[in-house]
Amino acid sequence: MPLTFKGGVHPPDKKELAKGRAIKVALAPKQVVIPLSQHIGAPCKPAVEIGQQVKKGEVVGNPQGFVSAPVHASVSGKVVSIGDFPLATGKMTLSVVIENDFQEEWTLLKDHPDYISLPPEQLKEMVKDAGLVGMGGAAFPTHVKLSPPKEKPIDVLVINGAECEPYLTADYRLMIERPLDIIEGTKILMKILGVKKAFIGIEDNKPDAIEILKKAASGIAEITVCGLEVKYPQGAEKMLIKAAVNREVPPRALPMDVGVVVQNIGTTIAAFEAARYGKPLIERVVTVSGESINEPANLMVKIGTLVSELIKECGGFKTEAAKVISGGPMMGFAMYDLNVPVTKGTSGILALPEEGLVHVDEFNPCIRCGRCIEACAMGLMPSMLSVLSERGFYEEAKEYGLFDCFECGSCTYVCPSKRPIVQFVRLAKSMVKP
Amino acid sequence: MSEQNNSETKKGSTMATEAKDESKLIVSVSPHLRSEETTSRIMWSVNAALLPATVMSVYFFGPRAAIVIAVTIISAIFSEYLYTKALKKKITINDGSAFLTGLLLGLNLPASVPLYIPVVGSVVAVALTKQLFGGLGFNIFNPALVGRAFLLLSFPKLMTIWSAPTAAFIAMDAKTTATPLGILKEEGMQKLLEVFGNKLNLYIDLLFGNRAGSLGETSAFALLIGAAFLLYRGYITWQIPVSFLGTAAIIAWVFGGSGTLFAGDPILHLLSGGIILGAFFMATDYVTCPSIKMGQIIFGVGCGFLTMLIRLKGGYPEGVMFAILIMNCFTPLIDRGFKSKTFGAVKVKEVKQ
Repeated sequence: MPLTFKGGVHPPDKKELAKGRAIKVALAPKQVVIPLSQHIGAPCKPAVEIGQQVKKGEVVGNPQGFVSAPVHASVSGKVVSIGDFPLATGKMTLSVVIENDFQEEWTLLKDHPDYISLPPEQLKEMVKDAGLVGMGGAAFPTHVKLSPPKEKPIDVLVINGAECEPYLTADYRLMIERPLDIIEGTKILMKILGVKKAFIGIEDNKPDAIEILKKAASGIAEITVCGLEVKYPQGAEKMLIKAAVNREVPPRALPMDVGVVVQNIGTTIAAFEAARYGKPLIERVVTVSGESINEPANLMVKIGTLVSELIKECGGFKTEAAKVISGGPMMGFAMYDLNVPVTKGTSGILALPEEGLVHVDEFNPCIRCGRCIEACAMGLMPSMLSVLSERGFYEEAKEYGLFDCFECGSCTYVCPSKRPIVQFVRLAKSMVKP
Repeated sequence: MSEQNNSETKKGSTMATEAKDESKLIVSVSPHLRSEETTSRIMWSVNAALLPATVMSVYFFGPRAAIVIAVTIISAIFSEYLYTKALKKKITINDGSAFLTGLLLGLNLPASVPLYIPVVGSVVAVALTKQLFGGLGFNIFNPALVGRAFLLLSFPKLMTIWSAPTAAFIAMDAKTTATPLGILKEEGMQKLLEVFGNKLNLYIDLLFGNRAGSLGETSAFALLIGAAFLLYRGYITWQIPVSFLGTAAIIAWVFGGSGTLFAGDPILHLLSGGIILGAFFMATDYVTCPSIKMGQIIFGVGCGFLTMLIRLKGGYPEGVMFAILIMNCFTPLIDRGFKSKTFGAVKVKEVKQ
């Protein structure tokens, strides 16, 4: 029986566009724009001044508070500006702009060949100092996830290799190309959490990745690589935990409430690099794909590189791109400006042609067909949520689990009336208190 | 080298147009992918699923059947057009919903009705039952069934003159006869067997549609072909048809016999009247049935129970129409009572206990 969850949808996966492209280091950018808030939580405070020379890996923003993560210079060079720049979402964010001197001069990094014998507290400190956040998109600071309160004992670590968003192949390439680093990273995270069991969950549409990681994990009894049913949103934390460990995270609760911590593939490798080499999170793999991109690619990109430069490096647009998305097509953001930086949470840049796009304003009334109810991985009734929100009954929407929705978009994907259900949910959420 | 240069300049030029295009980038909310399913595709598929039954109705009841059905569909579409036009609403006649209402109503009429009957029925179905309540998605009752109920109550005579099948093909003056359920109600099982010869003949004629009745309801076989198509495509699910027909069958078996219990004939009851048309094509109407599976089963059980109550104890020989309409009233209530189960919700209760 395939490991899975109830609900979900099967959008065309479109991974063949970039799947075969090995990870390539992106061209060094002339300038990087490093936002001081790339994570969920408190923004960083600038640690540099305009005109200052910085080295690669040097801290440019210090975290404010526990739920926060430092940011580092991704190139060496001179700080030319500190000011508000837009993110892919359009949000203006205080950022440090560094002009690349192309010297690639690293700041002093602490090497630890014996990382695996270090005490958990020290390993966690290294993860924290490296500025690790969840690289699947939500960008929640990793060290926070690794610090569960005492009354919530963790017994299982789940590594998220589902990559269920169509088009994206960044995690897939990492699994194919760097399986040993993933295993080492998993060991480090297990040590920090003090757990004896880890699962690496991968969707069955990546049999080669499953094979390679199984081989890499052979002989390690604590790490199990498991194939999961191909279904969106298999990579959502709660769905992944249900499929891999068969535990259900209650509504509003966190994975830690059922003794589980989930980490993304990219984050796991970053944890390895942080512990082994002391390397901060200054670059990540970004899938540049979509039908409108000339040469789809998986690029190792320095944080702060502008999206427009990545698109240029991938041969520009093949046809007129009607929509450029940061992230996956199900949960990503449509961008209005391509001169925005890649951040720690940017998993992909997709350019889609006009053909096949559904305009959000052209929707029809709900015909109560129930497809969204079948598709909802959270077991909600999106039809009711959308109708209540459309009529302004926001309080009533709470009775239908408004705040349990994590906006995966499955309901909207299947809706035959093309209703922007997720947007109605967002609207209602913004109008009432949970 | 020169080639590379060339591509460089090309890239340069695309960048230039890109800068211009950037202002044209579409910015909209996620998800950016949508399935190909649309409301009109669903509606037209249901229309297509009714094609076998429509063909059989023309085969048995002749050109007159085609004319009645065509007039019903055209007047349904026309009602929708005029209403939306008059109220300056979006014209929705292409979505197949008015066509479907017309088709279903047409299939629910006897072949012999004068042609103003389908027109009146269509206006009631589309303008009053659907559009007055806000259009597709907002109606409480199944439009085609309200149309038919209105006609049956307003023109009881005209709506219950049943042409005998096959006769219409040969002669313009069709012979009239009673429906199997009518015979069963008025004269009993014995008479029914007399008319059809024996039980096997009766079943075969009911299955293929060689009997009197509303145009589209007579051929169970043709209806089941369409129903199988809808089930296969996932446009309807098994819950309502199975609970509807199952309940009706059990009641027919237990209480349908004369005198003793458990002596009824469930096959006869399932194959006659409009129960197959109703269970697969009318009770399953998305808008007017509950949306949660458990609620749909309750709905189906209610339909089956009310159908048999009317058939066995009521004043009419057939009860499918009123059964579904009555259950339509309960749909909002059932929907309130049966909500979907939120992921992980059971565990919360356990924790609380």
